[in-house]
Amino acid sequence: MNLKKALIVAFVLSLFTAAAFAAPLDVFKDIKGALDIAGGTAHIPVMKQAAQEIMTAYPNIRITVAGGGSGVGVKQVGEGLVGIGNTGRPLKDSEIAEFGLKTFPFAIDGVAVTVNPANPVKEMTSAQVSDIYSSKITDWKELGGEAGKINVYGREDGSGTRETFTEKILGETELAPSVNVVASNGAMKTAVAQDKRAIGYVGIGHIEDSITGVVLDGMVPSQENAADGTYKIVRNLYMNTKGEPTGLTAAFIGYIYSKDGAKIIEDNGYIPIPKD
Amino acid sequence: MHQTSASFWLRVLALSVGALLSTMFAFIFFSATEALWVGRGLSLFGAVWSPQRGKFGIAAMIHASFLLSLSALCLGWLLSLGCCCVLRGLGPRWLSAVLNVALRFMTAVPTVVYGFTAVFLLVPLIRDALGGSGFCWLAAGVMLAFQGIPTMTVVMDGAMRTIEAETSLTAAALGMNPIQNLNRVVIPASRSWLLSAAILGFGRALGDALLPTMLAGNAVQFASTPLDSMRSLTAHISLVLSSNIGGGENLSLLLAGGLLLAGSAAVSLLALFSKQETHGR
Repeated sequence: MNLKKALIVAFVLSLFTAAAFAAPLDVFKDIKGALDIAGGTAHIPVMKQAAQEIMTAYPNIRITVAGGGSGVGVKQVGEGLVGIGNTGRPLKDSEIAEFGLKTFPFAIDGVAVTVNPANPVKEMTSAQVSDIYSSKITDWKELGGEAGKINVYGREDGSGTRETFTEKILGETELAPSVNVVASNGAMKTAVAQDKRAIGYVGIGHIEDSITGVVLDGMVPSQENAADGTYKIVRNLYMNTKGEPTGLTAAFIGYIYSKDGAKIIEDNGYIPIPKD
Repeated sequence: MHQTSASFWLRVLALSVGALLSTMFAFIFFSATEALWVGRGLSLFGAVWSPQRGKFGIAAMIHASFLLSLSALCLGWLLSLGCCCVLRGLGPRWLSAVLNVALRFMTAVPTVVYGFTAVFLLVPLIRDALGGSGFCWLAAGVMLAFQGIPTMTVVMDGAMRTIEAETSLTAAALGMNPIQNLNRVVIPASRSWLLSAAILGFGRALGDALLPTMLAGNAVQFASTPLDSMRSLTAHISLVLSSNIGGGENLSLLLAGGLLLAGSAAVSLLALFSKQETHGR
C-alpha cells in the first residue's frame, strides 16, 4: 500500500516537474491528431527526438518520421501525403511553383568525406576526392595509404547530401559509373564502417566513432567549424509544408525553432538556425 | 441447377480477374510505349545514365537484371532440387526433418532480414576473401537464390510427392528401391513441375527490389565479373522513384516497369507452351 502511494506521489510530482520545465511544449496542450514527416535522412535524428518529446508529454498526439531522401520529401509534401517534407537542399523554383510550398531552414549541416577508422589516410584535397570519384585515382597507395583498391560509395540521384557534395567538391567532374550507390546516410555509415578500403560522404551530424571524417583541404569537419565558417562544405536542412502550416504542423515547426528544439538540433550534431 | 449457377459465378469471377490483370498489363504497356515516344525513340535504351547531362539510358540495368535473375535461378533451382531429393528420402532421415523445418521457417522470414544478415555477414566475407567492395552481383545473386528456395522446393516437392505415391507400389513390384524410383521415375515424370518451379523462381528473382538494392551495390555499369557492382531494373526503380518528380528519370522508370512485366510474361508463356508440349506427347 505504501509503495503504491509513493508511486502515485512520484507520478504526480513528475507531472508537475514536466509542466514546470517543458515550457515550449505547452503549445501542444490543446492539440490532438497526427502528423507525418518524411524526406531527407539527415533530418531524422532531430525529427525523431522532437517527436518523442512531444508524444511523451502529450500521448494524444501521434507523429511519424520516415526517411526517403530529399526528393521524397518534396514529392510527398507536394502531393499532400505528409504534413512536413524534409529536404537537405533548397527547393527549386519549379518545385515551389508546382506545389505552392513554404520552406523553413532550421539547421546547418556540413557534408564530410568519410573513411574507415582503420584507414591511415586522414587528410585529402578536394582535387584528390574528385579524382577518386572519377576513377582517376583507384588505389589507396596513391594517397599514401596501404595498397588496395579504393571502394567508392556515393548517394542516389536527388539526395541533398549528394547535391552538396557534387556542388562543393566535385564541381564539373564526371562521376565514374563504377561508384556504388547507397540510399541513406545510415546505409553509408554501415558501408564505410565495415569496409577498410571505403570512401564515402555523410552529413557531419552522422559522424561518430565508427567512421572518420577526413580533413579536407586543411578543414576539419566538425560542428563548430561548420558553425563558424571554417568548414566550407555546408548546407542547410529544411522543413517544407504545402502552403502556410496550421495546427499541429505549425506547432511542430515552432517547437523545432524553440530553445528546446535548438538543444535537440545541437545534441544531434547540427547547428540551429533561428527563425527569421 | 445448383451446379450450373456455381460454375456461372466462378466463370464471372475468373473473367473479372482476367480483365483486371489485362487492364493492368495494358496500362503498363501503354505507359512504357509512351515513355519511348516522349523519350525520343530509343535513347532510353542507351548505355549512359547521367541525369545531370540529360542521359537516361537503362541498358546497364537491363543487363544487370537479366544476369542477376538468371544466376539466382540457376543456383536456387539446383539447391531446391537437392532439397527435394533429401526430403524424398535421399539422405539421412534426420536431415530431411531438419530441412523440412528450415524450409518452413525460411518462407516466414521477411526479405529485409535476408538483406540485413547478408550486409553484415556475406558482404564482408566476400570483400575479405575475394576482394572488391563486397556489394556485388555475387552477394545479391546468392541471397536471391536463397530467397527463392522455399517456394521452388514446395512446388517441386508437391509434385514429386504425388507422383511418388502413384508409382511407388509399381516400382517396388518391379524391384526398384525408393532411390531408383525417385531417380528414374519420379524426377523425369515431374519435369513440367520442375520447369514451373524454375519460372516461379525466375519471376521472383527478377521482381525482387530489396535484395538487389541492399546488396548489389547499385553502380550503373555493365558488370563483367561476379565481384562487380551492378544495378538491377527493380533497384533502379526504387532508387529513382524515391527521389525524382517527372522528367527523363520517370520515363525511364515506366520503360523499366514495362520491360520487367514483358520479361516475366515472356518466360511464363514460354513455360506454358513447353508444358503443353510435354503433356501433348
